[in-house]
Amino acid sequence: MAKVLMKGNEVIAEAAVHANCKYFFGYPITPQSELVAYMAKRLPEVGGLFLQAESEIAAINMVYGASSAGVRVMTSSSSPGVSLKQEGISYLVGSELPAVIVNVMRGGPGLGSIQPAQSDYFQATKGGGHGDYHIPVLAPASLQEIVDLMHDAFDIADRYRTPVILMADGMLGQMMEPVEFKEKQHVELPEKDWATTGTRGDGGPKIVNSLRLDPKELEEHNRHLQKKYEKIKEKEVRYEMYLAEDADYIVVAYGTVARIVKNAIHKARKEGIKVGLIRPISLWPYPQKPFDETREKVKAYLTVEMSAGQMVEDVRLAVNGKSPVHFYGRTGGMVPSHEEIYAKIMEMVGGES
Amino acid sequence: MELVFKKTTGLKDTPTHYCPGCTHGIIHRLVGEVLEEMDILEDTVGVASVGCSVLSYEYFNCDMTQAAHGRAPAVATGLKRVLPKDRFVFTYQGDGDLASIGMGEIVHAAARGENITVIFVNNAIYGMTGGQMAPTSIIGQQTATSPAGRDVALQGSPIRVSELLATLDGAAYIERVSTHDVPNIIKTKKAIRKAFETQKKGLGFSMVEILSTCPTNWGLDPIESLNWVKEKMVPVFPLGVYKQKEGVN
Repeated sequence: MAKVLMKGNEVIAEAAVHANCKYFFGYPITPQSELVAYMAKRLPEVGGLFLQAESEIAAINMVYGASSAGVRVMTSSSSPGVSLKQEGISYLVGSELPAVIVNVMRGGPGLGSIQPAQSDYFQATKGGGHGDYHIPVLAPASLQEIVDLMHDAFDIADRYRTPVILMADGMLGQMMEPVEFKEKQHVELPEKDWATTGTRGDGGPKIVNSLRLDPKELEEHNRHLQKKYEKIKEKEVRYEMYLAEDADYIVVAYGTVARIVKNAIHKARKEGIKVGLIRPISLWPYPQKPFDETREKVKAYLTVEMSAGQMVEDVRLAVNGKSPVHFYGRTGGMVPSHEEIYAKIMEMVGGES
Repeated sequence: MELVFKKTTGLKDTPTHYCPGCTHGIIHRLVGEVLEEMDILEDTVGVASVGCSVLSYEYFNCDMTQAAHGRAPAVATGLKRVLPKDRFVFTYQGDGDLASIGMGEIVHAAARGENITVIFVNNAIYGMTGGQMAPTSIIGQQTATSPAGRDVALQGSPIRVSELLATLDGAAYIERVSTHDVPNIIKTKKAIRKAFETQKKGLGFSMVEILSTCPTNWGLDPIESLNWVKEKMVPVFPLGVYKQKEGVN
């Protein structure tokens, strides 16, 4: 298929359609509204359904209902809207229902702004709603990567019976880039024999439920969830390493920021400073391996985020006190420039050497 | 021996957790009987809400999905919209769930004309949570959170859900019934049947509001409770059909 020039939010929507998602329940919010509008037009064309809910809360619960019936279903929102969805996300986890939730992040807290941010990292990777749980979180850095990751997002959701979050920042949602939609190889996934579709032809009544009043039973359920997370940690870690092999210093960044970091790295390399990049693609499970591989030879790490410092905590855990970890962040919808990041790299180099 | 009566296959053979004198058991049985008589048990997915009826997924003999507090109409929307057209979806909700935290979801499900059936059990109090004031508590009613009695100046007036939803074009059939005596229980069953028939015909949103008892939290015995429904609740929540679109019969 030829490359097409598309806007990020529309790429997310089209990628979901290519991943065989035919059902979308959503609510408009900037900067992801084009995604909702695209689905409204596109899904009827493929025999699917788009429904605009009365609120983000209703949208996520419609997703819960549709997922109970065993279909591939998605919702999307931006930061304040995702906060509203947290109740439903916790219920999806509790009932082990697969779904894909897109967060095109904007600045916060509160109503914040409509400019790009990465300040929902904690919310996405550390639970977000009530209860002990994790959600696989995928963070693309380009529109083509959105296309490639969307299949994985739905497959992970179905394979492990879990919601999956696709984290983009407002920049990715609003930018335009050429993308190619390739056919994906068939992946074996478990039967959805748990779905509540009526009992005709399949024996006794099925129940989709997150209530377990017996503490022993609930603990058992939590153990089961934690076991599932261990499996996800083993199998679903994704990251990119860029110019990291000979690096003396490493910058850690994800999403849009990682692309800006690459420019800063190029500038530093021209000055003879060996800087590389670790770009986590799965924010949960967080990639430990690239840190284990680099920790011995790297003098220091610099984490760059569009937040006041959230992922940096996972970097510090990954490094476990064995190397210095610096941080540079912008908030409020401010996007760091490669000059700023270059200056921070030079500061780190100066400070360390 | 000739078998003259048997339990409905619409319910599982499981003892319920409901308090003595509570009419949830009667309403469960009526819903079960209707599903059995219409021969749609195997085509039905029920949505359990939060509150006393949270465990109804253990009792109805059909597929069941349990929803978050108030969100059952949204969950039912998701189910109904993606299931094959011949499937039935109903929610079973109490007044705290439907009229308080879930007011947004029920209003919009009705406004969209979702082709689902809502069984709305109104006992004018939060049952499972322990007897707090509900949006449907009547003026002067003493509850854990209105110990001096519901006062209009402080807590406003009870919400009449059937009347409210009947104003919406998407509502096809809305009737308020009661379980305080046998003739009314028979009427309740007819209304439930009509609601599911409305869904079968694809006419839109149907809801049966059923006045019900809560002896434990009202502090009354079962007989007094039935009288309280008749004498105190019915005047505030008049029985009858509030909406019946053409084609519903």
